[in-house]
Formats: sequence, C-alpha cells, structure tokens
Amino acid sequence: MSDNKARIRDFFSRFFRTDALGDSDDIFASGQVNSLLAVQLIAWLEKDFSIAIGDEDLQLSNFSSVDAIEAFISRKQGTLVTV
Amino acid sequence: MVGHLLPRQAEFREFATERIGPYAAEHDREQRLAPHIVGDLARHGYLSPFLPLERGGQAMSWTMLGALHEEIGRACSSVRSLLTVHAMTTFAIQRWGSNEQRERWLLPLTRGEVLGALALSEPNAGSDISGIEATALHVDDGFVVNGCKKWMTIGQIAGLFLVLLKSEGGSVTLLVERGRPGLTIDPIHDVLGTRGSMLATLKFHDCFVPRENLIGNPGFGNSVALSALSLGRYSVACGSVGIIQACIDASLEYTRKVSRFGAELRGHQLIQQMIADMVTDASASRLLCREAGRMRDEQDPAEIQQIFIAKYHATSAAMRAASSAVQIHGANGCSNDYPVQRYMRDAKVMEIIEGSTQIQQITIASLAFQELGQAKSAQRALFEKSV
Repeated sequence: MSDNKARIRDFFSRFFRTDALGDSDDIFASGQVNSLLAVQLIAWLEKDFSIAIGDEDLQLSNFSSVDAIEAFISRKQGTLVTV
Repeated sequence: MVGHLLPRQAEFREFATERIGPYAAEHDREQRLAPHIVGDLARHGYLSPFLPLERGGQAMSWTMLGALHEEIGRACSSVRSLLTVHAMTTFAIQRWGSNEQRERWLLPLTRGEVLGALALSEPNAGSDISGIEATALHVDDGFVVNGCKKWMTIGQIAGLFLVLLKSEGGSVTLLVERGRPGLTIDPIHDVLGTRGSMLATLKFHDCFVPRENLIGNPGFGNSVALSALSLGRYSVACGSVGIIQACIDASLEYTRKVSRFGAELRGHQLIQQMIADMVTDASASRLLCREAGRMRDEQDPAEIQQIFIAKYHATSAAMRAASSAVQIHGANGCSNDYPVQRYMRDAKVMEIIEGSTQIQQITIASLAFQELGQAKSAQRALFEKSV
C-alpha cells in the first residue's frame, strides 16, 4: 500500500470503521462521507499534502474512493497516477 | 474589558461606538437599518475585509475579523448579522467560485454596491440541511428553481443570494440575483430579536438560473454551504462575545449609579456574583473565539471543531449574561429605556441561527468521538511499527 493511501485510510479511520473498506469502494454512495466530513477532508488534504483545492476540483470523482483521492493528490502534486 | 485588545480593535470599537451604537435602538424599533450603515461599513472596508487586496479586501486575518465582529456585535447585533451573511456569500464566491464569478461580484460586494445573503433555511428545514426541499432542475443551459427559502437575513435589501438547493446530481449552490424573473421576496416583520436584520422569505417559481451562476459543482452544494456556515458560526460567536461585553458595560454602569437598601447596587454580593459570571463568560468566550481564529489563520483542519465549540459556548454565555443584565436592571431592564432587554432578545436569536445550540452540541460530541478514533488509530500505527 502506498504511503498516501495509508494516510487517507488513516484519516477515514477517525470517522468510520475502515477494516472492510476497499480502496475502490465509493465512500459517498455508501453514505460513509457526509457534507461535513467532505469539508474536513478538503481542509485536511490542503494542509497535509500542501495542495490548493479550487472550484474546478469539486468533482465527486476526485473524492469518491481511496484510490480516487490518491490519484487526485498525485495529479495536484504533479505526479500522474492511473486509477 | 477582559483580555487585551487586538491591534485594530480600538479602531473597530471607535467606529462601532460612533457610527453603529447610537442607531441600534432605532434599528430594533423601526425594524430596518439606518440608511448610512452600509455605506459606512463599505467606506471603512468592513464588508468582507478578509478578501485579498486585489478583490477589494484587506487580506484581514480571521482573528482580526473576529475582533471586528465582536465590536460591531457589541454595538448592534442586527448590523453584525448583516456582516455575517454578507461575509458568508463573499467567502463562498472567493473560495469556491469561478474566476468569472469573482471578477463579476467581489468588488461590488466589498464596495457595498451589492449586499450578499445566504438562502439556506426553509419552512421545513433549518439546521437540518439534509431536509432541504427547494429544487434546482437541470436544463440545457442552467437550472430551473422552485421552492421557498425563509428567514433570510438582509433578504429585504440583498442584491445577491447564495441559495442551497436539491438537484438530480446532489445538492447545488447557486448565485441568484435579486430581480430574476420567478423570484419574489416578501419581508418578515415582528421577530423576537435582531429586529433590524431585515428578514425576508424568498419564493421561487420556475425561476431560471444560468449555469454560470453555479458555485462549485453538483453534489457539493452542502459542502459549499457548510464551509460558508463555518465563517457564519465564527461571526455569530464573536458577535455574541460583543453582546456579553455590552451586558457587562451596561450592568457596571447601572450598578454604579443606582442604590438599593442604602448602598450602591454594586456593593451587593449577589449582584457581584452575576457580574463575576458575566466577566468570566466573556473572557472564556473571547479566548475560544480567538483560538478558533488562530486555527483558521494557520489552516488547521481542526478549526471546524473549534468554531462549533466557540459558537456553542459564546451564544449560551450571551444568553446567560443578557438574562443577568436584565435581572440586575430589575423593572428598568424590561423597558425600552435600557438596552439590556434588546441584548436578551438578540442573544436568544444567537442560540438559534447558524445552527442551533443543540446542533452544536451534537456535532461537538460526534467530533469528540472522532478524536477518540484518531487516538486509537495512532495507537494501532505505533503497535504495527513496533511488531
């Protein structure tokens, strides 16, 4: 598991049990992520990964799973990762 | 005054004392703001001063913004309410809007040429934003909006509304200009407190809103609204510190000049007890607000929790202080001759707007459980490293 993936899973583990969470599982569809958690997630990503998240980034596909978030971080940091 | 003044706080206090305070009773009585208020706020750069310089702001920190809202709140909660909803709208545009939206709206908003307001609550949904019923139906080049928004602060005079709606792709936030066909605005009168905040009901009937007015993207409307509400909660918390301070000021003055049972009122120990509680509450609330501001300024993701805590404590404390201030003033406190009855009515509103006290409590508790999860997660990581 990549370091970033582990950090993302660690972040989510503060809010819900992640034992059964697959890296590609849709966290919005499962109802595990609500609007407040989305705001917290964005604030955490900006601070911990030193990235700026703007209006063009507010796409569900960027935040829908651990894989998607990892790919999003990589894109923002300039490293391409294919999901 | 408990706690040191922040660098510009004396300037804010002077402005509030001279240009806002003398009109506060009139705002409450007439249920509208005096005509000079918006222009004065704009001239001093107090309408969304947190915006960057190039957008007409002063790049003011949230800590300093809190001091501004405390001082305005000390003078008049209705004016502070205007600052709150206006700030939430400009914040959402700056944070989540497109460059075109920023170009179009931010300068007019900071100059006071247009006032912004947040349209979130509905007849059947307030603190529960998941219960929003008003809809934005997606059409080729925009959205068709139907439904009703209620309790819109400054709704009677705002020129731009940030509206949270339900849509096919999840929640959306749209900028809706006053005057758009299909939008009617009805004033709300005779509310308990912040009576000068010019509340209105917004009714949308097949109101077309172009796609370029969308803030963020579909599915993130609630998140956009919540991030703006975080600023709103912070503003209300700081404004509530202002109410507590106003209660202390009024009570100190009254107990110094009034005598009962052959002694100045301030000499009675049960009066002193109430003053002591008010002063302690002011100090604690101010510190909570300043800590929230500092965390926000340092981009600490935990600022969300701190703002909930500050809002919960400061608004409850404001209600306690206002109740004590009225008690100290006796029958005089129940009359229009003294401002403390207004402070009490305004303080009650603070416990309801931008998320009721109960919503703050539930959220604070749930965030505490998150912290427990965080601690356990750290323990697990430590354990895995050690084996």
